[in-house]
Amino acid sequence: MNRPTVDRPRAAPAAPTEQEAPVARPPRRPAGAARTARPAGALLRTAHVLLLPAVLVGAYWAFTARPDAGFYTPTPDAIAGAFAELWFSERLFVDVLPSLGRLLTGFALAALVGVGLGVLLGLDARVRAIAEPVLEFLRAIPPPVLVPLMIMLAGIDDGMKVAVIVFGCVWPILLNTVEGVRAVDPVLADTARCYGIGGVTRLRVLVLRSASPQIMAGLRLALALAIILMVISEMFASSSGLGFAIVQFQRTFAIPEMWAGMVLLGIIGFVLSSLFELVEGRVLGWYRGLRSAHRGE
Amino acid sequence: MPATDTTHHRGVRPGMLKVTGLQKIYNGGPAPVEAVRDLTFELAEGELVCLVGPSGCGKTTLLKCIAGLMAPTSGTVELAGEPVLSPPPGMAVVFQEYGRSLFAWMSVRANVELPLKEKKLPRARREELVAESLEAVGLTAFADAYPWQLSGGMQQRVAIARAIAYEPQVLLMDEPFAAVDAQTRADLEDLVRSIWQRLGVTVLFVTHDIDEAVYLGERVLVLSNSPTVVQDDVTVDLPVERDQLTTRQDERFTRLRAHVYAQIQQAKKGTAPTAA
Repeated sequence: MNRPTVDRPRAAPAAPTEQEAPVARPPRRPAGAARTARPAGALLRTAHVLLLPAVLVGAYWAFTARPDAGFYTPTPDAIAGAFAELWFSERLFVDVLPSLGRLLTGFALAALVGVGLGVLLGLDARVRAIAEPVLEFLRAIPPPVLVPLMIMLAGIDDGMKVAVIVFGCVWPILLNTVEGVRAVDPVLADTARCYGIGGVTRLRVLVLRSASPQIMAGLRLALALAIILMVISEMFASSSGLGFAIVQFQRTFAIPEMWAGMVLLGIIGFVLSSLFELVEGRVLGWYRGLRSAHRGE
Repeated sequence: MPATDTTHHRGVRPGMLKVTGLQKIYNGGPAPVEAVRDLTFELAEGELVCLVGPSGCGKTTLLKCIAGLMAPTSGTVELAGEPVLSPPPGMAVVFQEYGRSLFAWMSVRANVELPLKEKKLPRARREELVAESLEAVGLTAFADAYPWQLSGGMQQRVAIARAIAYEPQVLLMDEPFAAVDAQTRADLEDLVRSIWQRLGVTVLFVTHDIDEAVYLGERVLVLSNSPTVVQDDVTVDLPVERDQLTTRQDERFTRLRAHVYAQIQQAKKGTAPTAA
């Protein structure tokens, strides 16, 4: 989660002279969609992706294979064995899927609340002035400390965990949406007014679309936070879930299983962020194209 | 030298756009600034009028008031007899900043079509209008491109296509060619003339370029320095068919140009009585 809010070229160059960059290229799909997969290229790319992980696993293996390596660092094959045994069993349904369900529910709710409130605050300066100090205060509270409170308020079931996830990930979405909505280009807003574009259409085609680079950046941050908070919320007063399972393994000295849990979390994070990237590529294809056009590519 | 003979326009064609006693004072800063003092003029239906004035004379303020984007401090704007209080459906605007007035996330076609959708036109009619207007600006082949894939001049042509597809009674153009290179500019000027002749739309064309104003307009309104009034109303008695080469060499063109130029020089020296 090292991506700050996007640095977008605010409202393009103010008074652009005939732009040097784009010389009437024939229509072309925006960058990103143009990923043709030649088999040789795909093979090479896979090799590139797998090279470093292979080296790291190898190094770890060499380290743990020494006779004096500790009990707490099992060899990769032991971890792989535990992984297969654990997660291809009914634990998939007891721990993994409920965890993922809470994660996605929390993320979706946070996205809904964050974008909704963000648009409201972004469009109305008065509401913003009233709400901002409170929001800044709430944002400053580290979400994990809410777990004890949430246990009292919402019990120890799914509701509590989802609430913790929502509370933690709503902030980057909310604040980025506010910024994105505020930065709608005034010339474009005037244009929309001149052509009678108002109400829901204005929200849909003007406000949300022009704020979408910031909104997506907020969602990306929130996704990473959601995974962290999912695990943390399951470490307290829980009877299922990945966070619960990992703590359980650690307490019972089931060390390869504990490692297998961590590896699974890593894989989940990786897969989710890859999926996110796919969606982002579709939603922000225009934005990437616009930026590369400004850079003169 | 006040209005020479504008009567022959108004006599023949009914009034379309009427600006009466328009004044705009900005109260935002430490002291109020009077950008526009007292503007009164009228455009007949189907007229192409250029508004030219020294830089900083409140052209943009005036245009925003006419477009209904900004409320004047006093005075009225009327479009076809109806007072303009918010952007009226019979008006389309082409802004100077083409890069910022197009929706970057929409194709050229979608940009042109969007206002028509808001007008609730049936799909068949929309497609017809989009095709016609893209044809008129020569961008048919680029309907599926995104605006940022096009050059500046082409982007401005997309904005023009969007404006004419909207079928406005009045087309406002706010220094539309100030940010394009000279050659593109000449092409776009001829494009505006041909569209105007073909569609018979009333055009108010704001510019700071004297040559452009005389070349394009049937009439040129010269604005004074800020606080702004109409300093002169010049009828351009050049032939209807104009040509970048011959018209600009025409002796009458040179004479009109010199006249407008002198008016603007005078305006700059300050018929502005109170400092603002």
